[in-house]
Amino acid sequence: MKENQPTIFEISKPGRFALDLGKGDVPACDLETLVPAHLLRAKPAELPEVSQPDLMRHYTALSTRNFGVDSGFYPLGSCTMKYNPKVNEDVCRYPGFTDLHPLQDPESAQGALELLYNMAQHLAELAGMDAVTLQPAAGAHGELTGLKIIKAYHRSRGETRTKVIVPDSAHGTNPATATVCGLETVGVKSAGDGLVCLEALKAAAGPDTAALMLTNPNTLGLFEKNIREIAEIIHDAGGLLYYDGANMNAIMGLARPGDMGFDVVHLNLHKTFATPHGGGGPGSGPVGVKKPLIPFLPVPVPSFDGQKYGLDYDRPSSIGRIHSFYGNFGVIVRAYAYIRAMGPEGLRQVSEDAVLNANYCLSRLREDYHAPFAGNCLHECVLTARNQKPFGVKALDIAKRLLDYGYHPPTIYFPLIVEEALMIEPTETESKETLDGFIRAMREIAAEAGTDAARILSAPHSTVAGRLDETAAARKPVVRWKP
Amino acid sequence: MAWSYLPHNEADRRAMLDAIGAASAEQLFADVPADLRLTGGLNLPPALSEPELTNHLGALAKINADLRNMSCFLGAGAYDHYIPSVIDHVIRRSEFYTAYTQYQPEISQGYLQALWEYQSMICEITGMEAANASLYDGGTAVAEAAMLACAASGKKTVVMAQAGHPHYREIFQTYARDKDLEFRLAPYGDGLTDLTGLRELIDDSTAAVAIQSPNFFGCIEDLKGIAEIAHARGAYLIAVVDPVSLGLLEAPGALGADIVVGEGQGLGIPLSFGGPYLGFLATTEKLMRKMPGRIVGQTTDNRGNRGFVLTLQAREQHIRRDKATSNICSNEALCALMAAVYLSALGREGFREVAAQSFRKAHYAYRALTSLPGCEPVFSGPFFKEFAVRLPSPPAEINKKLRRVGILGGFDLGGPYPGLENCMLICVTEKRTKGEIDRLASEMGAML
Amino acid sequence: MKIPKELRYTKDHEWVRVEGTVAVVGITDFAQLQLGDIVFVELPGEGAMVKAGESFTVIESVKAASDIYAPVSGKIVKVNAALADAPDLINQDPYGDGWLVAVELADGSEPDGLLDNDAYTRLAEEGQ
Repeated sequence: MKENQPTIFEISKPGRFALDLGKGDVPACDLETLVPAHLLRAKPAELPEVSQPDLMRHYTALSTRNFGVDSGFYPLGSCTMKYNPKVNEDVCRYPGFTDLHPLQDPESAQGALELLYNMAQHLAELAGMDAVTLQPAAGAHGELTGLKIIKAYHRSRGETRTKVIVPDSAHGTNPATATVCGLETVGVKSAGDGLVCLEALKAAAGPDTAALMLTNPNTLGLFEKNIREIAEIIHDAGGLLYYDGANMNAIMGLARPGDMGFDVVHLNLHKTFATPHGGGGPGSGPVGVKKPLIPFLPVPVPSFDGQKYGLDYDRPSSIGRIHSFYGNFGVIVRAYAYIRAMGPEGLRQVSEDAVLNANYCLSRLREDYHAPFAGNCLHECVLTARNQKPFGVKALDIAKRLLDYGYHPPTIYFPLIVEEALMIEPTETESKETLDGFIRAMREIAAEAGTDAARILSAPHSTVAGRLDETAAARKPVVRWKP
Repeated sequence: MAWSYLPHNEADRRAMLDAIGAASAEQLFADVPADLRLTGGLNLPPALSEPELTNHLGALAKINADLRNMSCFLGAGAYDHYIPSVIDHVIRRSEFYTAYTQYQPEISQGYLQALWEYQSMICEITGMEAANASLYDGGTAVAEAAMLACAASGKKTVVMAQAGHPHYREIFQTYARDKDLEFRLAPYGDGLTDLTGLRELIDDSTAAVAIQSPNFFGCIEDLKGIAEIAHARGAYLIAVVDPVSLGLLEAPGALGADIVVGEGQGLGIPLSFGGPYLGFLATTEKLMRKMPGRIVGQTTDNRGNRGFVLTLQAREQHIRRDKATSNICSNEALCALMAAVYLSALGREGFREVAAQSFRKAHYAYRALTSLPGCEPVFSGPFFKEFAVRLPSPPAEINKKLRRVGILGGFDLGGPYPGLENCMLICVTEKRTKGEIDRLASEMGAML
Repeated sequence: MKIPKELRYTKDHEWVRVEGTVAVVGITDFAQLQLGDIVFVELPGEGAMVKAGESFTVIESVKAASDIYAPVSGKIVKVNAALADAPDLINQDPYGDGWLVAVELADGSEPDGLLDNDAYTRLAEEGQ
């Protein structure tokens, strides 16, 4: 493989093109008389000129310089990088779904609306909620929608609540979302066992508490077993409980956020429901709510009157619109197909196997890597590089060395409260053989730290690129090609 | 029972439980209190085999009246442009679509380079210095741009054109409410933003003026004049543009825009009932470090070769946490890849040609329709690929009749615009043939 | 780790050097080591007013962004423009070429209330 793949601009040659567009069959008209001259393009955009074979070779070459779930094991903690079923990639491309205009008459899109309506019901059942909006385009967008619903609810009761309580183990999006919603974040420390400290929570909760944002299991892969007490503390203070669904893959069919006392939930279809991450998106982050919050859902809400499916805009208490249309429909179709293929028992098996795989990794790695918490985990486990640090080997170096073994590394340096964290989420779609191979590699690296740390510190050795200079990239940003 | 996505057999599960030292899977969930366990199982429909699944989804898809069997003259923010075959062949490479965000650059060089090339193409067509690697869609991109302008200027008011997409304004209002940002609506006259009215709305508290061009009515705004008005009061100009139009129309960067955003769906992304789409955002160099979302930068690796990384990450939510000005994390990377392939496929000449043909065909349709008795033009300004006509009866009725003859008619402007009842917004892309346009004219002629 | 004797410090790891009525402000060696390679400094405008304890700029490294708090109140009379092109000056010479701003003191006695070399050394040692 070439060390440098030329950019598409560098292989451009005047006169080439990759699409025969045709000349167009209507008479010409005089552009200059129809549009003021200063609003017409003075010089053309310097887009690359490549033939169709060149185009395919370029992007194919780029794809071979990239690693996906189909390339190999991808235990990226908190991201649920499970296998993406291929049939879902086909069904979402049926012309009845792709060639559908969002503003065409709902009468002519009954199949799409039926799918949306049923999907919302299924997700509500899974999360133990009373209604679901499918509009948020990603998890963070779901958080934003959820907090806006919570704010609208408090406002409707004549209350001004300005604070969101977020544990120190939370995803970075939680405090960022609170800020974007005009709310102030109050951190609560975790106790020594990795769970929310109830005393700290009691001290933080009060008449200004709008909500508590929590994942359960939390980002350490531990179930917040005091969730009932946590809910009581927040509800007694008049606040609501928000469930960050990033870790829903641990508990499908086994427990439901709604039953734990959560009032608002977002789910990540691109994590738990097997839709591809697409290299960073598109995702989908539906939000479920309990009954008192239904009036505040964003417009429009898919509806069914027993005969026809429709889109309900007549919702005076709604937080308003949050997406140009109805959310990432194409992603929702894939996730719907996944739920229908797995069925209720299958989804439960998914979570059981996900938890089994994470515990298997934890139990077989905890001799070589320090595990900060005793006992079992749920769908992901957190280890650290503490044992390797004396040799100068950090979590980052272990991650880079794993690349040489053909694995995507775990999430590193998160959660923030664990030093040198390595967060492993194997997911249920990995076989015992795959896990054994990964465990072997991790052990070899642990051993190598003592014998040849330099080999680890200079890793990766077998990838198309070596470690990249991120400092130079950020100091003098080159974010575009220039003619 | 077994599922094809789950590899374990019972022997595997047993061996793994033994290794863990657990008697049963149940034991692994010991921390979940008994009274929180779901005992009855989920109330969901039973599992479908793959043939059953394709039948079921095939049946749902078939109920919809899709555009393969209709001539589409509906736009209003989602456009039926031709999608080159190469796009799906590229994005079906599973090294792309099954990957996560490029946090390990050594094994993500392919996607990073593709996104950097995408940023470069967005900069080229918009005439800007920096672009991010995508946002959710056009509407949320407008909201992010407005919040960026407020954060960068320390001001709290945003003036938006009434002639802009109503959905985009509504999204910003949803975002603005909880941030205590003020929203002002700039009126229009004869299809274009009223510059006198606009000038009166801008004051020292104005962070930005957001103007769409071509606007929701399809009319081409004088972005240059508006930039001067905004800048005179120290406000940023946010230009909301249809990227396809930039094959013909001047790059907003050359007209004075500080931030350029828009809906990228027209760049090779299927209509797909409204999503996934592509929000794009580009800025001047000055605003680059305030941009929301991920950005790819060029650098070198420790072997001395060119390489790419996610850069300027100190802006982002996972580092700034409660000091972040945007909470975006997942974006629409695969849609950005589609747009990059689209722009590469068209190239320098093809990009202009799609715009030119859309323009020509829209003007051909305009002449054909407005020569029908009872069908009047609503506005007189220059337009790109959409235009409004006034009809003697409600557009909903006409659209119902058109659908029976295989035509998807235009958008009913009466809904979001009081005073424009009986007005229909017609969209014509390069994909429509002369025959289809002639048929629209003759069918409408017969109805009026 | 260098902690010059003649300077005054804050618990947020800024230093102050008083030159007549003007206080030169920067971040300490400890702070730059914690941040790592600095990639960008958002320089405030000359003439801006700052208030002790309030954030007046942000320093970014590759993986962190840190608010910098004004140790003293007053008017910014000079900013270190060299940092725009060479933010790494802070890494190389935090007490010299890597200074941030010069503030004309609103209250000449304000620096007296800041930490001295001994107190800051103890603080930095605890933080390590």
